Amino acid sequence: MFEANHYPEEVNVALSDFLLRMADTSLVLGHRLSEWCGHGPILEQDIAMSNLALDLIGQARNWYQLAATQLGQGQSEDDLAYLRDAGQYRNLLLVELPNGDFGQTVLRQFFFDAYHFHYLQALTESGDENVANIAVKSLKEATYHLKWSSEWVIRLGDGTEESHRRMENALRELWEFTGELTTPNASDQLLTIMGLTPDLNLIRPLWEQEVQVVLAESTLEIPNRSWMQKGGKNGVHTEHLGFLLAEMQFLQRAYPNCEW
Amino acid sequence: MVAHPDLQTQFDLRVAEDQRIEPKDWMPEPYRRTLVRQISQHAHSEIVGMLPEGNWITRAPSLRRKAVLLAKVQDEAGHGLYLYSAAETLGTSREQMIDDLHSGKAKYSSIFNYPTLSWADMGAIGWLVDGAAIMNQVPLCRTSYGPYARAMVRICKEESFHQRQGYEIMMTLAKGSEAQRAMAQDALNRWWWPVLMMFGPKDDESPNTALSMQWKIKRFTNDELRQKFVDATVPQAEYLNLSIPDPDLKWNEARGHYDFGPINWDEFWEVVKGNGPCNRQRLEARRKAHEEGEWVREAAIAYAIKRKMKSEK
Ligand SMILES: [Fe+2]
Ligand SMILES: [Fe+2]
Ligand SMILES: [Fe+2]
Repeated sequence: MFEANHYPEEVNVALSDFLLRMADTSLVLGHRLSEWCGHGPILEQDIAMSNLALDLIGQARNWYQLAATQLGQGQSEDDLAYLRDAGQYRNLLLVELPNGDFGQTVLRQFFFDAYHFHYLQALTESGDENVANIAVKSLKEATYHLKWSSEWVIRLGDGTEESHRRMENALRELWEFTGELTTPNASDQLLTIMGLTPDLNLIRPLWEQEVQVVLAESTLEIPNRSWMQKGGKNGVHTEHLGFLLAEMQFLQRAYPNCEW
Repeated sequence: MVAHPDLQTQFDLRVAEDQRIEPKDWMPEPYRRTLVRQISQHAHSEIVGMLPEGNWITRAPSLRRKAVLLAKVQDEAGHGLYLYSAAETLGTSREQMIDDLHSGKAKYSSIFNYPTLSWADMGAIGWLVDGAAIMNQVPLCRTSYGPYARAMVRICKEESFHQRQGYEIMMTLAKGSEAQRAMAQDALNRWWWPVLMMFGPKDDESPNTALSMQWKIKRFTNDELRQKFVDATVPQAEYLNLSIPDPDLKWNEARGHYDFGPINWDEFWEVVKGNGPCNRQRLEARRKAHEEGEWVREAAIAYAIKRKMKSEK
């Protein structure tokens, strides 16, 4: 459990916004990965994807608990996860996209991990010790996740003709959702000034470097389209999130105020 | 022990003395066949068994329940993995076993052909299905074939966690709202009889039991295990204040056991034959995962070969 830190109203609003984004992003990606459970292409990788999902759901719980603490309205982690609608969700668009085939899941994971790893690393130096502590704990897991997803992107990109073609496909599907990862919104800007979160503009070159190296080794080319989708951070999502939440929140919505 | 010229006699002696048979030891062909059948069937049950509970991971009602259920279903994948490895020590490949599952030649536990219709089914399955599995499997930790026995030791530890978690779900629901209680009772009503069938046909209709007992692959008969399970479970249901759907269930002082009503064996054999409510969906889901994963497995092999060639240059 966390001890709340006191900030001016405006900063606390931005911090809560950031905390919910971290929580929602981890939860939604963990949820997507959990959809693979029992349906993976190889038993060992079925297990690996459940591991990623479990790590991310665990991280989401830490972020939700801290968000609830900073919000100070007596909400629980489950209130935040189960009783907010899509417009209140703050996750990055990339993670709510459907799994597609295994190649698309792996590439989505890699794009996310490359950002997540560098962002968490910088967050370990946050001026808010609660944020820094969660970042330290999550970083160990994110390091392993990045290794797993990089290896699979390379293996599939440089595997067979079919796997290469499928990875090109996945690239076309996902590329336009990567811009949002490292584009700051108003909350980010304020928190960076306050020394609570790193400047995402400084994370971008690290992400690009990571992606260039891995895609080159995968024999895949970076698309030259530059238009990027955005909105998740501000609660404007793709059509997919509503369905995901309808499924995830069903019991809490159908049987309100119960212990589970 | 003293070397004996006759391999069969030597084998019989080792089994009689409760020594483990290891992969490199000589063993009679029917013993090997029985083991491959039983271990692969067990492995398939773990893997197919992921599906009914996997259904509810995306609908789990709290973050804690979601994580616990996902970890449980992941454990079952791990059990499948240990068991396939144990069966491979007998000379049958995982590929072959999976093909036999998909062609319908190999069986898996019939219980997984029943649908999971509510969240309470996650409780009932953990409590009753994992509970029945433990009854079946604890004696297998002393089974005569070494790799199987060792796999079972690891598996049984995790299965008892699963059972506790399942019972805890039932407890929460039984103590919850009216609707939650009804959900729990309904799940018990639907799972009770199929779970009793998990122990297999009655002893006088179980052709494999005698030999398996003689080889110490099995240590108790189906009926013995079923009785043990009923005796252990009735008080647990009472503690939950839920009623077991069997009007004939009552304590028999003379026997020191619970008597219970007749099992619907026609239903059992129909489900075994493929006519359970979900047989087709379960196999279809497994085949689909396998077929859609083909290109991934091929790419992994192709890439490994490329890497090897590069490193040898
Ligand atoms: Fe299991
Ligand atoms: Fe089992
Ligand atoms: Fe289990």
